[in-house]
Amino acid sequence: MWQALYEELADRSFVVLAVAMDSREGDPLPWIEAAAPTYPVLIDREHLLAEMYGVVNVPQAVWINEAGRIVRPAEAAGSYEGFRQMDRATREVPSSAAQLTARAKTTYVSAVRDWVLRGADSEHAFSADQARAHLPALTEDMVAAQTMFRLGQFLMRHGDAREGARWLREATTLHPDSWCLWRQQAGVNELGLAALPDFWERVDALGNRRYYAPVDMKGMP
Amino acid sequence: MTTVLTESGEFNAAEAEVAGDALWLSAGEADAATGWVAKTEGLCRGEVCVPVPPGREREFVRGSRVNVAALWRHLGRSVAHSERGHVWALGGSARDRAATLHSLEAPDFTLPDASGRPHSLSDYRGKKVFLVTWASW
Repeated sequence: MWQALYEELADRSFVVLAVAMDSREGDPLPWIEAAAPTYPVLIDREHLLAEMYGVVNVPQAVWINEAGRIVRPAEAAGSYEGFRQMDRATREVPSSAAQLTARAKTTYVSAVRDWVLRGADSEHAFSADQARAHLPALTEDMVAAQTMFRLGQFLMRHGDAREGARWLREATTLHPDSWCLWRQQAGVNELGLAALPDFWERVDALGNRRYYAPVDMKGMP
Repeated sequence: MTTVLTESGEFNAAEAEVAGDALWLSAGEADAATGWVAKTEGLCRGEVCVPVPPGREREFVRGSRVNVAALWRHLGRSVAHSERGHVWALGGSARDRAATLHSLEAPDFTLPDASGRPHSLSDYRGKKVFLVTWASW
């Protein structure tokens, strides 16, 4: 999704750092090979970024300027939950929802481009106060959940699947807003996607809440 | 053998003693796994020292041993351990993480790419970084 933008802007002191929030050994490798991006793709088995930046889902992005300062904290990166209107039998998405998803992507990509070209003058670059106002909450429960997650991951990798799975479940109970945590203990379908009935049950349980928290950006659905 | 997981990695503590929620490491192992050592002024890591709460000394230090789990909780950091007590995860503190984010200094990290080569965020200082998560699902 970001390759074209990276190629376009690579000579403008800009880099894309993609981070796979994957814990299952080898899972991301075929995807990395298939996409063959020319920007770095890192693997965050322990979900360090969840704890450091408050990442709860993918794709989420953080904008960081040349001085290493956060310009936009973690937010949904050009995604819209159009899939919630999918016909679950045919996997067809109504065109109205597909249009919103497409608009989220083009709006977001344009905003990143504008920031790369115009820096702090871009209307999409938050001031320090704005950036602070948009920081995700980092709670004791979230951090405790990440610690349990790490313990569970270690146990699973070292032959204790039963107890490992227990800690992954406890982590997702303690930090239910994280789809990243939940997915690491969810089943996957024949496409390798965590979109079995338990996924849809969890989506339905959101009710009126959003799957991706709304992004404060002009033109975003 | 007891395994201690910290932000900097995995550490095998052959001399560890586990008693319920206490993880007693030898002075050398506590230092190697966490960087914290017992001194006369309290428990210290580098220049930073945290006094041991009066009257509760034996919860934290016994002879040359340090209860790093008690220390972690005292620092407001999270601790989780396996049912058998053979694996301990020493996590971060929500207060510290939130304070770091509030400074807007992007927290540095080092993660491997698919070939195992490590990349740090700070390697890219001087460029605008679009840090974006994804997953194979």
